[in-house]
Amino acid sequence: MTTTDLFEVAKIHRQVQDPDVAHLAIGLNKVVSSNGVAGLAVETEEVADGVNIEVTVAEDAVIAKPVHMCFGLLQEEGIQKINLRLTVEPRARVAVTAHCVFPNAEDVQHLMDAVIRVGEGAAYSYMERHIHSPQGGITVVPKADIHLARGARFKTDFELLEGRVGRIDIDYETTCDADSRLEMNAAVSGKGDDRINIRETGHLNGERARGVLTSRVAVRDDASADVYNELTASAAGAVGHVDCKEIVQGRAVANAVPVVQVNHPKAHITHEAALGSVDSRQLETLMARGLSEDEATEVIIAGLLRFT
Amino acid sequence: MGLLEIDDLGLALNGATILNHLDMDLWEGHVHAVVGPNGAGKSTLAGTVMGLEDYRRYTGEIRFDGTSLADLGVDERARLGMTLGWQEPARFEGLRVPEFVRLAARDKSDDAVRSCLSRCGMEPARYWDRAADKTLSGGERKKLELASILAMQPRLVMLDEPDSGIDVESLARIRDAIAALRGGGATVVLITHSAEVLDWAEHAFLMCCGHIVDKGNVEEISRYFKGRCIPCDHKNRPDLEEEGAP
Repeated sequence: MTTTDLFEVAKIHRQVQDPDVAHLAIGLNKVVSSNGVAGLAVETEEVADGVNIEVTVAEDAVIAKPVHMCFGLLQEEGIQKINLRLTVEPRARVAVTAHCVFPNAEDVQHLMDAVIRVGEGAAYSYMERHIHSPQGGITVVPKADIHLARGARFKTDFELLEGRVGRIDIDYETTCDADSRLEMNAAVSGKGDDRINIRETGHLNGERARGVLTSRVAVRDDASADVYNELTASAAGAVGHVDCKEIVQGRAVANAVPVVQVNHPKAHITHEAALGSVDSRQLETLMARGLSEDEATEVIIAGLLRFT
Repeated sequence: MGLLEIDDLGLALNGATILNHLDMDLWEGHVHAVVGPNGAGKSTLAGTVMGLEDYRRYTGEIRFDGTSLADLGVDERARLGMTLGWQEPARFEGLRVPEFVRLAARDKSDDAVRSCLSRCGMEPARYWDRAADKTLSGGERKKLELASILAMQPRLVMLDEPDSGIDVESLARIRDAIAALRGGGATVVLITHSAEVLDWAEHAFLMCCGHIVDKGNVEEISRYFKGRCIPCDHKNRPDLEEEGAP
């Protein structure tokens, strides 16, 4: 496996050639490529069963171009374990795009333990896109413990739409101080016997903290999805919203378990969930334009899974 | 022979008769209006002609260009050249405005999509990156739906309340877009409560209690529509009323 292979599968080989773009690529449990930029410190340590990564964005630093991370392996078997500690110091700004690439997986585990600290007035945006094999021989277990200090902003988009899911068990938990903003989005498409488990939790502990948890899931064949969204609001002016939509086809099964809890009379949380088949009005509209039922269904599902 | 011929159409939903011995014949290349009170069955008629799922169990015959539609689904009818604009158009999450128009377009080029948007009062530069979702107002979704119909270049267009939610400035653009459809050879059916929209048509049908009670030129039908059309047992027939018929 070469770095180029990983980057090409992730379709980021052009971006990472730019010397002004920071990047880090981990193949199995080895650092295969990295590039730093001013204001961003990256330390890595290869250990017996994985890689420890410590990323720090310096106070007041603004990283102009998105940082690219690429995790993956091209082999059919293997266990990749990433321990990530990421700190965005006060008033710093950074966006990270991570590609998790397992195009040939037959018996692969990708385990990620992340501790993320976003400092006062800092902003961190994280996009994670998975590319899996068509066989679905993979287990993905990403866990993140996230804390947003006063006035911090954090947005994460998790996307697993290419290849089979296999087994995925997402567990993100965020605590939010005053005036912070949290947005957690997940979009996953499952088929065959894929198993999807998404647990997103946000605790709006500070005054005027705001949070939105959004899940978009499509399951078909014998796939199943369980989505647990939990949002608590415990201070004056804390406002949150939980939004879960799941489209179910064939013998697939979807569960949504929303938990919303308000612990302060001046806090407010709303919740919406829709599970079931493709919306008939949308379907008939597209069919009335000449699309077949299958074509229309694909358009609707693709739209649902795309955050705009 | 008309482009669309409807003979003795009947439809019952949940035990209630919605369409009742309805006959209609639409001349090709003209703009027709169907008017009538709430509950007359106008939208149901359009949905039945289009073959929507809830309205498939009809009796009678619907023919498009001589072909019976009895065994054809919505998409098959659309591919014959028919389409429908809903009173309340659907919202499409994750689908951008130009993508929605392009889905149905015969000419999928950016220029063609921009032209269709412009003709319906949607400035392309303003809407190009917008999503066709709940962030669009009801009126904007109506205009977007009409733009997609323009792009489709159908032979028969049924528009349910085409002025619903449309601001005064945009109303003329909608009228022009409908005129453009007709200019392209399309047959247009306007389902409306509006006297102004009725004036856009060349021929009109008055509908009540599930069937056509009168038809003729717009001026003739508008007399019933403006002055006499209220839900009633005598099916808005002044002649029957005068005769004291039930």
